Amino acid sequence: MTDKLNRIELDNVVVRFSGDSGDGMQLTGTFFCNLAAALGNDISTFPDYPAEIRAPQGTLSGVSGFQVHIGAKKVYTPGDKADVLVAMNPAALKTNAKFLKPDSVVIIDTDTFSEKDLEKALFTTLKPFDELGLGNAQVIEVPITTLCKEALADSGLDNKSIVRTKNMFALGLVCWLFNRPIDNVVSMLTCKFAKKQAVLQANIKALTAGFDFGHNTHASISTYVIQSKEKKAPGFYTDINGNTATAFGLIAAAEKAGLELFLGSYPITPATDILHELAKHKSLGVKTVQAEDEIAGVCTAIGAAYAGALAATSTSGPGLCLKSEAINLAVITELPLVVIDVQRGGPSTGLPTKSEQTDLLQALYGRNGESPLPVIAATSPAQCFDAAFYASKIAVEFMTPVILLTDGYLGNGSEAWKLPNLEEYPDIKPNYISADIENWKPYNRNENLVRYWAVPGTPGRQHRVGGLEKDYATSAISTDPANHQKMTLTRQAKIDNIANFIPELEVIGDEDADLLVVGWGGTFGHLREAVEQVRTTGKKAALAHFQYISPLPKNTVEVLKQYKKIIVCEQNLGQFAGYLRMKIPGIDLLQYNKVEGQPFNVEELVETINAAR
Amino acid sequence: MRTLADYKSDQYVRWCPGCGDHALLNSIQKAMAELGVAPENIAVVSGIGCSSRLPYYMNTYGMHTIHGRAAAIATGVKTANPKLSVWQISGDGDGLAIGGNHFIHTVRRNVDMNMILMNNRIYGLTKGQYSPTSERGFVSKSSPYGTVEDPFRPAELTFGARGTFFARLVDVDLANSAPIFEAAARHKGASVVEALTNCVIFNDGTHSLIATKEARAENAIYLEHGKAMIFGKEREKGLMQEGFGLKVVKIGENGVTEKDLLIHDAHAQDATLQLKLALLDGTSGFPIALGVIRDVAAPTYDESVTQQIEEVKAKQSVKNLSELLMTRDVWEIK
Repeated sequence: MTDKLNRIELDNVVVRFSGDSGDGMQLTGTFFCNLAAALGNDISTFPDYPAEIRAPQGTLSGVSGFQVHIGAKKVYTPGDKADVLVAMNPAALKTNAKFLKPDSVVIIDTDTFSEKDLEKALFTTLKPFDELGLGNAQVIEVPITTLCKEALADSGLDNKSIVRTKNMFALGLVCWLFNRPIDNVVSMLTCKFAKKQAVLQANIKALTAGFDFGHNTHASISTYVIQSKEKKAPGFYTDINGNTATAFGLIAAAEKAGLELFLGSYPITPATDILHELAKHKSLGVKTVQAEDEIAGVCTAIGAAYAGALAATSTSGPGLCLKSEAINLAVITELPLVVIDVQRGGPSTGLPTKSEQTDLLQALYGRNGESPLPVIAATSPAQCFDAAFYASKIAVEFMTPVILLTDGYLGNGSEAWKLPNLEEYPDIKPNYISADIENWKPYNRNENLVRYWAVPGTPGRQHRVGGLEKDYATSAISTDPANHQKMTLTRQAKIDNIANFIPELEVIGDEDADLLVVGWGGTFGHLREAVEQVRTTGKKAALAHFQYISPLPKNTVEVLKQYKKIIVCEQNLGQFAGYLRMKIPGIDLLQYNKVEGQPFNVEELVETINAAR
Repeated sequence: MRTLADYKSDQYVRWCPGCGDHALLNSIQKAMAELGVAPENIAVVSGIGCSSRLPYYMNTYGMHTIHGRAAAIATGVKTANPKLSVWQISGDGDGLAIGGNHFIHTVRRNVDMNMILMNNRIYGLTKGQYSPTSERGFVSKSSPYGTVEDPFRPAELTFGARGTFFARLVDVDLANSAPIFEAAARHKGASVVEALTNCVIFNDGTHSLIATKEARAENAIYLEHGKAMIFGKEREKGLMQEGFGLKVVKIGENGVTEKDLLIHDAHAQDATLQLKLALLDGTSGFPIALGVIRDVAAPTYDESVTQQIEEVKAKQSVKNLSELLMTRDVWEIK
């Protein structure tokens, strides 16, 4: 039967798995994505989950989704809209309708589409697809719950445990749809449930039943093939999300600097996974303190920095507000500190599980006094590794707090990552006070205006630092007007000088284009994809994407001045555009701003770019 | 042998003449010399307020930080380097108002540091507002008609946070202060020392009940572990238990002998009596308790952190990031 099937070859496909928060959709999506990656495809994923842990079953607020973008070649985003949706209940269908392409394939569990279920999801008719305007969708109706119960009738498991395997049935069916062998999934399951044999066997059975169901009964529907078309660099790869990559970047930096890694943190969505990840790695000597509040999170880190550790604190927007005063202490005491802000929707509690770039000005200027510090923004989930590494390098080598901006999309989104060879990364050299310097004072500086790090325990280097202004020469408390002016300018000059140690701004695309698209941080994948799409239609476009925001790369003005038109695209109301206008007086910038809590939509970006050209 | 001078910095001490902080600084330095810890192995961390200027006057490592956060910052210092002797200095405003959360959690975690709480029951550096230890009705610039709130009693807060060490001293009592600081330093865990301090400018005489040697003889009781609870000018008075409470008795009256008096047990895990003693406030004939009131052993946070790391290291073979990465789900492209 399979031979007669219509196999359609695709360059890329977007699959969205969706169900109740307890349905195991995140796991299903992760397995499917790892499977694709193992077969040589490129991957990009993004979970879309609610703030509630377990909202009432079957309701709209409890829907949890996981989107996977699989490509024959490099994919830069998790995709705008889905080609395939797995909807485990009507609420999942309704919540995701807006993320579907018009002719998409929708797999539903008919056992959960009763009148009562439809009511729970606030449908007013018994025809959910028509009600949602999804008349053109190709629906694969499968009584998944019933089939799981049949397949596992002899398993000896209770009803609840049997129903829990629904997600694996759905995954088996999707594997069939994409002509993927399920053996790899079986080995992933074996890893996951190694200690629960009954659960393992049940999941394998459900998976197989799902695959066989597709194979045996749905011959009339097309299946898809995505061949790998781009040879990736040889090496070992893993699927990694931004929060894990950030944690690993810090570990790498600590190794390269010969320092102990210390994280002071307080749980906050969507940053908590950094704390979770680092708390696991005691075998590498990582110390994590789950502090009593956000302020104590950063304060313990500052204490650890003074004591000689590579110190970091992780948080999200509301936490960054609380940490402001302490970050300023690190500014004036000139201690190395990495502050990671996984941005989410604001203001206030805002949209905890959604993504935004609205903390930029807070990171740059949200402190009292003249308080310069480097601000770095990661550009993709895997790039969070490098961003955290270089944020640490700058913090340690320039004795300064550094704010690393990632966001909920980067933190939770994932992509394939080639495992780094740490030997290819530069050393990190702490600016320790050497034993042969005499008459040293704590605010003495090297040629880069960096003060020396005298770690407690070092004989003869006892000194006091603190939040009060210090005398440039003697390092004693000083309220002298001229001295304050000098110290303020010195702190600023130290940060400005870092521009000489960071990469220059690069332009992707047509250097001779009229229009330059400018972005920063987590929107890189979407902007790159959009610019590439515009270029494939024969039009010229270029992208300059900023990773270093404070200080700006040295060649920023030179690059921007080459273009007739510049459009700054960001997930806020124009914070970076405003910053550029301040730094480059007279510059004329167009803006594209979106604050829906969702990643950019490539199609919309393409339209915007075309309209601006 | 180390001397007091080893711990003095070259900075001019800028507290008001007559301020109790001068005496405390001296007592702390004396204790450090007595303990013999090298100045380079000491970190003094303070918050904001008059008392928090103390690190500048110490020839040790020191941080004068931000308002209320000294305990959190000191926790970071000690956890990152447990070999350091960490002294955390704050006042009643810094430690119990803006920094109250860090105070209780540092005590709860039992981080091995000396938490010196200089209690003058007033905000001095901001020129005279009531503090969280000011008595109800206290008149100050910010409470011209008297406060309408009850104060914290630092001992109660410490005990409520499951503190393992609590001691009390009064600034002018030089002879007895250094030994108490030494005991605090020897205790492994968060040692809270309530140092009753006089503010000559804004709250002069706040501790007058025990401000002189004579007054202390009458109104204070020096508690020592294993010793009977005796006080009074002629050491003629003592404390006995009565029902759920304490009573003052005269030795020799009504057949009471020294043997009938309570013997202080600072090491008792059950803090009930220790708390009762700590809360005696010098009224109704009761004395104010000075000395080490509670001193019990418990695992410290910093040691436990280190120990857990050693245990995991012994069990797991992953020694660096490259090895760690290979333990993930990986696939190879050739």
